[in-house]
Amino acid sequence: MPQIFRPSTNTFSRLSIFGSLFILAALAWGLALINRSSYVTREGVAREQPVPFSHRHHAGELGIDCRYCHTSVERTAIAGIPPTKTCMNCHSQIWIDSPMLEPVRASFRTDKSIEWIKVHDLPDFVYFNHSIHVRKGIGCVSCHGRVDRMNLTWQESSLQMEWCLNCHRHPEQYVRPRDQVFNMEWQPPSDQLTLGRQLVREYNIQVQQLTDCSICHR
Amino acid sequence: MSEDPSLTDRETFAAAPGDPTRPPEASGVRAGNASAERPPGAAAGRQYWRSLEELADSEGFRAFLDAEFPREASVLDAVGRRQFLKLMGASMALAGLSACTRQPTEKVVPYVNAPEQLVPGEPLFFATAMSIGGIATGLLVESHMGRPTKVEGNPEHPASLGATDAFGQASVLGVYDPDRSQVVRNVGEIRPWSAFLDAARRALGAQRERQGAGLRLLTETITSPTLAEQIRGLLKDYPQAKWHQYEPVARDTARAGAVMAFGEPIDVQYHLDKADVILSLDADFLGCGPGSVRYVRDFTRRRQLHAASDTVADATMNRLYVVETTPTVTGAMADHRIPVRASDMEAFARSVAAVMGLDVPAPLTGNRATWMKAMVSDLNDHRGKSLVIAGDHQPPLVHVLAHAMNAALGNVGQTVLYTDPIEANAVDQLQSLRELVADMDAGTVEMLFILGGNPVYTAPADLHFADSLQKVGLRVHLSLYDDETSVLCHWHVPESHYLESWSDTRAYDGTVSIVQPLIAPLYSSKTVHELLAAFSDRPDRSSHDIVHDYWKNRFPALGDKEPIADAAFERFWHKALHDGFVPDTALPPKPVALKPLAVPALQPLKPDIQQPLEIVFRPDPTVFDGRFANNGWLQELPKPITKLTWDNVAMISPATAQRLGLSNEDVVELTYDERNVRAPIWIVPGHAQDSITVHLGYGRTRAGQVGNGAGFNAYTLRTTTASWFGTGLEIRQTGARYPLASTQHHFSMEGRELVRSATLEEYRAHPDFAHPAEHETPRDLTMYADHPYPNYAWGLAVDLGSCVGCNACVVACQSENNIPVVGKDQVARGREMHWLRIDRYYEGGLDNPETHHQPVMCQHCENAPCEVVCPVGATVHSSEGLNEMVYNRCVGTKYCSNNCPYKVRRFNFYLYSNQTVETLKMAANPDVTVRTRGVMEKCTYCVQRINTARIQAKKEDRTIRDGEIVTACQQACPAGAIVFGDINDPNSRVAKLKADQRNYSLLGELNTRPRTSYVARVRNPNPALHDQEGEA
Repeated sequence: MPQIFRPSTNTFSRLSIFGSLFILAALAWGLALINRSSYVTREGVAREQPVPFSHRHHAGELGIDCRYCHTSVERTAIAGIPPTKTCMNCHSQIWIDSPMLEPVRASFRTDKSIEWIKVHDLPDFVYFNHSIHVRKGIGCVSCHGRVDRMNLTWQESSLQMEWCLNCHRHPEQYVRPRDQVFNMEWQPPSDQLTLGRQLVREYNIQVQQLTDCSICHR
Repeated sequence: MSEDPSLTDRETFAAAPGDPTRPPEASGVRAGNASAERPPGAAAGRQYWRSLEELADSEGFRAFLDAEFPREASVLDAVGRRQFLKLMGASMALAGLSACTRQPTEKVVPYVNAPEQLVPGEPLFFATAMSIGGIATGLLVESHMGRPTKVEGNPEHPASLGATDAFGQASVLGVYDPDRSQVVRNVGEIRPWSAFLDAARRALGAQRERQGAGLRLLTETITSPTLAEQIRGLLKDYPQAKWHQYEPVARDTARAGAVMAFGEPIDVQYHLDKADVILSLDADFLGCGPGSVRYVRDFTRRRQLHAASDTVADATMNRLYVVETTPTVTGAMADHRIPVRASDMEAFARSVAAVMGLDVPAPLTGNRATWMKAMVSDLNDHRGKSLVIAGDHQPPLVHVLAHAMNAALGNVGQTVLYTDPIEANAVDQLQSLRELVADMDAGTVEMLFILGGNPVYTAPADLHFADSLQKVGLRVHLSLYDDETSVLCHWHVPESHYLESWSDTRAYDGTVSIVQPLIAPLYSSKTVHELLAAFSDRPDRSSHDIVHDYWKNRFPALGDKEPIADAAFERFWHKALHDGFVPDTALPPKPVALKPLAVPALQPLKPDIQQPLEIVFRPDPTVFDGRFANNGWLQELPKPITKLTWDNVAMISPATAQRLGLSNEDVVELTYDERNVRAPIWIVPGHAQDSITVHLGYGRTRAGQVGNGAGFNAYTLRTTTASWFGTGLEIRQTGARYPLASTQHHFSMEGRELVRSATLEEYRAHPDFAHPAEHETPRDLTMYADHPYPNYAWGLAVDLGSCVGCNACVVACQSENNIPVVGKDQVARGREMHWLRIDRYYEGGLDNPETHHQPVMCQHCENAPCEVVCPVGATVHSSEGLNEMVYNRCVGTKYCSNNCPYKVRRFNFYLYSNQTVETLKMAANPDVTVRTRGVMEKCTYCVQRINTARIQAKKEDRTIRDGEIVTACQQACPAGAIVFGDINDPNSRVAKLKADQRNYSLLGELNTRPRTSYVARVRNPNPALHDQEGEA
């Protein structure tokens, strides 16, 4: 009975067994890469909005405080998207004819809400609370980046769980003095870790608790 | 009744030889006999059992228990091994892929003009009130962004004191029910409101000329002052018109009894907080009826030993004697309970009165003489501090006797208060309906407004209401649902739910509450105020204006004699709305004189030994008179005693069932007064002999998707002469069987000492009776490292002595935690999703066992068996001792549930949560994840409430105060039986309760170290009746 396989086939099969490990590893690596890519996380992707609102102009150039619009950031879980009325406080006086602002005026006229595209969208099983982060000295910039330099707003961070845990495990890396929370310009000092550890103590941040699942998931 | 093919295996098991549901004499009672042989009072020797099947300890029951999730295996029977592997392989591949989705783009939709006070993310609470049978319970309703999501009791309202009942908790689902009527209909066709107005005004115009001679109103019980004034206004315009009231669960006999005793209709209020000894004559005052939520609080406060006294020796409690037909939660709380046929209750009451020394012709007391004497002397020993309560279902004479006994015991003005009726127009409702039917038959009714209620379904069968109704020229029905009555009316107008309405109403003590809406009507519905206003001279008034103006006109009468200042009234109005009640509107006690007792002579006793069967009608403990039939939460709520869901049954005592050769799930034909209905049998230990109880409210045909077809319609047998009971019932076996979904077999704990109880005497002698030596396990007997709890350590204690088993906590948990409804088929497979269940245990003989309730939720073990077996870390321990469940990690292995000794974990076998119906989404609590298929879930100790409180405390740089976190079950509990808090703080209420000697852990010998613990029940039987127990 003739042999079906030549001796070289042995080498070939060994190679394929060995190679399949690499293929599987590459596949896993590829999947991980996709999972962390901005396609999935939408990190750094500026989102089109019904009105091309510019944080750069309002927060950066004009210097309007975050809390003028995001009123409940110190009080509740949700920072709050301003009602049309907040826009109209100024825009009934200035830029009243700007075609760009027509959707805002239309909303005010017709009493129909502006439907903004949500930029920072956590999964529904995650319960994030703005007020406690603000209270414990986490600056807006720490998560949202330099919003005052964004024309159309994008999501600065991945918002994936490993990113959250990075700070929940080591808050001293990011904590800043409470009075600097809304300061876009604040730079961590060179000895941030020393300051951070001191603030963690001072603000009574209980690090061991921050990785309890029910802190965010319930 | 349809036979469900998927349940055939259950049927064969149930019908197998050695049928476990046969009465115990037939199959041999082991546990029951054992308990009879033990000396009474030996706590360690108490024998508790959960169901007849368990008591019988049969092969079938063993087999049933062997399946971890009963009958789960049968799901895959038809699938071979290869097919199974194929399916699993494909599922695994697909399950991996299903995670590869990108978050869909979502929108943020802010207000145009933000309303004042509303901060997104923070709920608001508004005071309002819910009425059943016209009687209100004050509520605080939680509103998230304008949608009501959770009902709580109003702590300042006298009928609530912060607690609620199951109906109140479930009412929030009612407003979002997609089956609610949404449009005005004329003979089935959708018509605009204006078309209805035209038609009705035309007809009313014709009536006006005849002074309304052909006009009739039919309402339910009305306590609303505003509505009463509106109706009186209408009757002034149409002087010949008549106002009828009918409700199937009315209190006609109590009213008639008051008229017999005092010569006028009088309402009775009880002060259970002042009563040391209470006798209930078929009164379920803890289960339903006016003021029951308040009564539970007052009653249980007198049984909470830890609150009442400092030392064991001077521990005192009240004592409750209950004489009843159908086992109820009140009977389960009794220290002495005697089952008596409803039709023998009058003779029983006569005997008690005679023993008390009243001049009443009474039958011989026979073997109950010693019992009665002991009880009466107990009542006599507590003059002014005792109480006799007659049940609303008992005939007037029993009420008269109760009034006379209370007077003789000096209780009037102490534990019993008499007031004017709280009803706007207290009438004999049955008579009222009878007159209406007579008028309809005579053809004198040309136009009938049915304002609320469903009389076609609920009217007594012998009145033939539906036939008479169709002789009326123009019939208008206002109701929440397009129901059995609507379909026989020309016009149907959708009614606004109470959470969408402005109105007012009165509590059991007369306190007025303004009902304010939590949400604008979802549909084009009308309140009864708006409907009536449409036919007045100011037709377009909103119900807000109607109620507001009524109180404004009455404002000077409320104490302020100055000319009405608008500002002063607005202050009053806003305060009334804010507080949830109008101050000083409780009815004052009314001095009444008892007429001389004129009790008719006794009917001579019939010599026949075989008494004829008796039928007893009762409102259902979960769907009431049928109005909640389409509420899934209530349909799936296990009924307090039977633990049945989705059905009503013919309840029968074990001995009577044995005599008639009946077993559970046998379908019988009940014939009463030549009408018949087919009903499944359910054997209920402790039921009176030769008596069958049926619950009203089932067998609906036009309730909606949830309620249609559930159970049988007991109204078919109910007649004007037998409103609540009647003798002469015939029963015939049909040979058919009907599967029932009971939750009582599931998750059995195999006869360990889970419920512990003692009498007050035993407790005084052995304060540590709850800790028999064999249950102690050394704390260090564990392989796992200790968890440190540096900050808070959450714990919960349940006082079994207070729990009445009312079910409010179960629905509260369901509402708070977005727990889905699964349906009868799934419940029968043991897949109900309630995070909190109330186990019911029996102790003692079959004929009159003692009943114990035990709420069981996740015990949050410190050595949790579930945590160590989860392969994906989806259930883990928190630094505060919570046993956390992480839905997004759970892959559904169910190992945790398998390893849980308490069987408190619930698995989403299917996508149970409704994620398609828009209105049902609105009912969800936004602070709790809605779970999907394939995920395990369980009690979290309301971690969302813990987190809210923790964040608030941290923001204020303080620690969480004791009592700041209240779990949903604790908040709803009328008995105050559930206490939650930080056990690291020795001064917290829960730590103190856990320090009580009666505190014990469920299955503590497993060394799971549960954070939930139970305070053993102490009962207070009369020492003089030690040997009398078995006699009754």
